[in-house]
Amino acid sequence: MMQDDQVIVCEKLTKRFGDFVATDEITFEVHKGEIFGFLGANGAGKTTAMRMLCGLSAPTSGKATIAGFDVYTQTEQIKKNIGYMSQKFSLYENLTVLENIEFFGGIYGLSDQQIKDKTNELLDRLGLKSEAKKLVASLPLGWKQKLSFSVAVLHEPKIVFLDEPTGGVDPVTRRQFWDLIYEAANRGITVFVTTHYMDEAEYCNRISIMVDGKMEVLDTPANLKSQFGVRSMDEVFYQLARSAKRGD
Amino acid sequence: MRTLRFLLRKEFRQIFRDKAIVSLIFFMPMVQLILMPLAADYEVRNINLAVVDHDKSSYSQKLISKVVASGYFRLAGYNQSFKEAFGLIESDEADLILEIPQDFERNLIREDKQKLFVAVNAINGTKANLGGAYLGSIIADFNAGIRMQLVRPPKFSTFPVIEVVASNWFNPVLNYKVFIVPGILAILVTMVGGFLSALNIVREKEIGTIEQINVTPIKKHIFILGKLIPFWVLANIVFTIGLILARFVYGIVPVGSLLVLYLFIAIYLLTVLGFGLLVSTFCDTQQQAMFIMFFFMMLFILLGGLFTSIDSMPDWAKVITRFNPVRYMIEVMRMVILKGSGLMDVLPHLGIVSLMAVVLNGWAILNYKKTN
Amino acid sequence: MKQFIAFVRKEFYHVLRDRRTLLILFGMPIAQILIFGFALTNEVKDSEILVVDYARDNASQELITEISASRYFNIRQAALSYQEILSAFRAGKIRAVVVFPANFNADLLHQNKAQVQIIADATDINTANMITNYLSSIIMDYQNRVNENLNMPYRIIPETRMLYNPQLKGAHGFVPGVMALVLLLVSVMMTAISIVREKETGTMEVLLVSPFKPVLVIFAKAFPYLLLSLVNVAAILFLSVFVLDLPVKGSLPLLFAESTLFIITCLALGIFISIKTDSQQIAMLISLMGMLLPTMMFSGFLFPIENMPYPLQILSNIVPSKWFYIIVKSIMIKGLGLNAIWKETAILAGMTLFLLAISLKSFKIRLQ
Repeated sequence: MMQDDQVIVCEKLTKRFGDFVATDEITFEVHKGEIFGFLGANGAGKTTAMRMLCGLSAPTSGKATIAGFDVYTQTEQIKKNIGYMSQKFSLYENLTVLENIEFFGGIYGLSDQQIKDKTNELLDRLGLKSEAKKLVASLPLGWKQKLSFSVAVLHEPKIVFLDEPTGGVDPVTRRQFWDLIYEAANRGITVFVTTHYMDEAEYCNRISIMVDGKMEVLDTPANLKSQFGVRSMDEVFYQLARSAKRGD
Repeated sequence: MRTLRFLLRKEFRQIFRDKAIVSLIFFMPMVQLILMPLAADYEVRNINLAVVDHDKSSYSQKLISKVVASGYFRLAGYNQSFKEAFGLIESDEADLILEIPQDFERNLIREDKQKLFVAVNAINGTKANLGGAYLGSIIADFNAGIRMQLVRPPKFSTFPVIEVVASNWFNPVLNYKVFIVPGILAILVTMVGGFLSALNIVREKEIGTIEQINVTPIKKHIFILGKLIPFWVLANIVFTIGLILARFVYGIVPVGSLLVLYLFIAIYLLTVLGFGLLVSTFCDTQQQAMFIMFFFMMLFILLGGLFTSIDSMPDWAKVITRFNPVRYMIEVMRMVILKGSGLMDVLPHLGIVSLMAVVLNGWAILNYKKTN
Repeated sequence: MKQFIAFVRKEFYHVLRDRRTLLILFGMPIAQILIFGFALTNEVKDSEILVVDYARDNASQELITEISASRYFNIRQAALSYQEILSAFRAGKIRAVVVFPANFNADLLHQNKAQVQIIADATDINTANMITNYLSSIIMDYQNRVNENLNMPYRIIPETRMLYNPQLKGAHGFVPGVMALVLLLVSVMMTAISIVREKETGTMEVLLVSPFKPVLVIFAKAFPYLLLSLVNVAAILFLSVFVLDLPVKGSLPLLFAESTLFIITCLALGIFISIKTDSQQIAMLISLMGMLLPTMMFSGFLFPIENMPYPLQILSNIVPSKWFYIIVKSIMIKGLGLNAIWKETAILAGMTLFLLAISLKSFKIRLQ
């Protein structure tokens, strides 16, 4: 039943914390090389769903496979095939840029030569050459985020999960960040991204919007706009989010 | 294994980047190792004695000067009444009161026996016991002297005397430094290892970097090993510096084999670090980890046999000490450093500590969950 | 004032929410009181003693029976060589050896003098001393009993009274000690960590820009720990009175007042540390590794301060728990009043003012 280019397949995936249903029977699939936008108001259940897909959190019920591996039994294989950038900045602040790249490269099993090549390539692309030996703590937030993304795709994963990657970043840097995302997608990396910025939603191939733990809509930005008869994603989101009972 | 190399490199970098922590790790134990043994002196001397002499006879004067001349006592007061002397006890200026009743000399000669009153401030049990005992033996000595004078020698010699010859092995002059230094070194090494390892994983949790590790395909035991080894190395360095200090500051040269000592410390450290990491996996904040570690450290140290002997504990407490790694460490330190015990002698200790190391580290690996 | 209460309430929420820390906070003093009260005593019990009896006569047998009848010792008899005794010590199986030479009884009867040898393992000096003392006194008692019949002339009989602690229980020295130790460490550590934590997470900035005096922010953070520590004092006293049978002889309100003063001293120390450091780890290492052993040793309840080298005696004066230990001992056990401890009280108060003054000063500099 799984087609060749489906890298994420979810069927009625559910997570309960006691009585609270954080993620309620979500069903969707994501294709290879796709940029998949995962939207929803605060508390709609985005991060929980994403953590399940990354193997950080065990689902309560439902089915899901990531790159062909089961989220219940094959979490470690999943981890070999994905990259992850969490909401909270999570590179080591008290290591230098180089040291962070080297560390994560090593953890993902890259060879010394690969690490060296990747490092040069990455520093070039980000224009971070002169900052390579500085502590990450001393970098501005925008650079940290770009570095963090580059480290997450360092090992050329099949899928990269980005949890609100551009929070608190200026518009110019956000634009640069999305250039990085496009580059990765062009290399065949599937991008699964959550965001609160509706202009960013427009950049996605397809978007889904979650409301109260359920996935309400799933389509291309253009189709969604015409379906709701509005001109911008902002309005689509606003109409859906207004019906939400859970807030933050 | 390759992964481990990267983990270790990262951990060492992080530790040595924070200069304040590094200097604390090395400097604090060293200062304590030099200062603490100077303070840890149980030897009872300079016991402050208040004398109440109601007799003021030549005998009472002789007794008092004999007591003072013994070197154990310092005359804190020469009082008119017991009440006055008791005031000295209340203000901690005196530890003991010797009260000589009126007609002490006359009664001793006339009635063949006479009482003396001794009152001891017994809040500090050890001092009370020993002070009382010293005073008792001086009085007995004085008594024998009086008897010598009053009774003709032939008659006296008919009393059989058992002479007790006491000797103290391994530390013949009862040097407290020798007794306390190995124990303090054991505790310091335990604290360095225990606290640092307990804080480590939980710190990554608090900062959030643990998430980034958890989405990597890293093996759990490799991760724990990567956390364990740096602190193991650090603690070994602290231990070695400690041995060197003990040698040059206190002149303590291990009688037994250094190899046995290092073999034991190698495994012992795995136990301590495993315990720290286990605590770390259970906690959400560094504050929690610190408190839990603090709690156990206290128990370990107090029930470790350094400050009070395990022999003197009730049975239930003795049972607890069997689960206390610090106890084994202190015992082995004393055995190997002071008595020259060999591998065969410490084998039981080694066995127990190894078992603890396996259990604690295994538990830490199981309890560290990449998926929850 | 209303703002202050709001702040204090927030701090209370923080503290009360963290169940694990709270459990340790109250569990620790209780466990320690029980351990100190029951487990740590100054006497040996069931020490393993080896008896080597070369005499095998009446006198030696009688003495061995006496020794084994005492609850202090578990005895084993064996004829071992010097080498064998040495290896028994090395394996840690025995604490002491008692040797009766051949002809013990004969020497005693005919020469009026016989020897007993006691060899103790002095790697643990306290135990060695106690065992030697106990054994000697058992032997002396035996000798005196033998001599009783002979009726010694001119006997001086010392009558010894143990003041305050007739049964020589360990708890008398330890309870005040534990109070001093636990209160100090808990209060210092809690305040230091919780303030530094806010600095680390950046929430301190938020508090400092609020229209609330920065100094009050610090006080509000320390306040809940004052109350918690007072609850701890109450728990320790309750246990010592009802479980350890150690009543409070002096005035209870005075004891609580002095405890409050001491806790404030500790909180001031914690505040001082927190202002001088920037990371939780360093604050913890200083307040734990740096303070645990020194407070234990310099409070005076484990080791007599007057035995220390003079420079260390002076050094011990800066340890607040030393003064509090004297205060608690005086009130609880000796039943004395304020007039006996005004000096110690004044010293603690002085320390508190000093710590607060320098903390506030460096705090202000930081703010500029």
